[in-house]
Amino acid sequence: MIILAVITAIFVIISFFMDRNKTIAAFKVAIERFIKILMPLFIVLVLVSAGSYFIPDKKMVSNILGGSNLYINTLIASLIGSISLMPGFIAFPLGGLLRANSVQFMVISAFTTTLMMVGFLTFPIEQTYFGTKVAVIRNLISFGIAITVALATGIIFGEMFV
Amino acid sequence: MKNKLIYVFATSLFLIFIAISFLVSFKPGKIIASNLIDYSFEILQFFPFAFILIGLFQVWMKRETVEKHLGKNSGWQGYFWAIILGGCTFGPLIVALPIAHSLYKKGAGIKIILTYIGASAICRIPMTIFEASYLGVPFTIVRYSVSLPLVVISSIIFGSYLEKANYKIKIKE
Repeated sequence: MIILAVITAIFVIISFFMDRNKTIAAFKVAIERFIKILMPLFIVLVLVSAGSYFIPDKKMVSNILGGSNLYINTLIASLIGSISLMPGFIAFPLGGLLRANSVQFMVISAFTTTLMMVGFLTFPIEQTYFGTKVAVIRNLISFGIAITVALATGIIFGEMFV
Repeated sequence: MKNKLIYVFATSLFLIFIAISFLVSFKPGKIIASNLIDYSFEILQFFPFAFILIGLFQVWMKRETVEKHLGKNSGWQGYFWAIILGGCTFGPLIVALPIAHSLYKKGAGIKIILTYIGASAICRIPMTIFEASYLGVPFTIVRYSVSLPLVVISSIIFGSYLEKANYKIKIKE
């Protein structure tokens, strides 16, 4: 976060010395775009806030994903990953915790990859920028890729066919 | 317009729900409200910076430059840059989407944009370091070597389809 702020500040200062008017124009663009996305962003935040009330805590997640059927676990993990929204610094420690509870790599992979690639909750924002059709298809493709990655992980780590 | 009405309706409904929750001390409503405040602050930590950078990009970056390196006819280099850009993107999908949109507005090709969105999801550098340290380097290598080619291939297929269908991104007002 600090890095991002510093980088932004450096660019703003350089831009300001090169051309004051252009810098002001850049801020206008920034504000305009921010206002445009405010409504969908608010909806996303509401969905996330409501979701994190209903979504169970970490321990429950590892209980759910530690079931006896590898494929069902993988499927559930990919669905949870698709509908949740959490930053990497929470998701990967959670992955580590799942691993510590002997959840398979294949299941963890399904969870983290869908988490990163599929955005059910961010759908309103994606729709605003790229339209409904593209947003739907892109998410479906991403889900397919995530499942493929999970299967490959399962094969390579020798968790499948045993 | 229709979308806007739905948003306004949903927002008012939500605010009424929160207000009533506080009036009658309905606990889930209160928790959701405090979650909302937490998440809003979290998002607001990086959103303004991302949008200022987008603004600067929009003003300074020449259209020809974007077209040359990320345009329809940029060849394999376009995909290369899309992946590098994706890896350097801060923040989740929610940040990559407006960046992708402004790249498109500057003349980047749709296949390249789709690759960028995919790459920003799967190979952000800070996230990769996190992943490798918690789940091990082999896990990360498998994920990269399977997902990255698939992202590029699917972007090419989906992008060509959209180009043929003469798809134009227009931000909804």
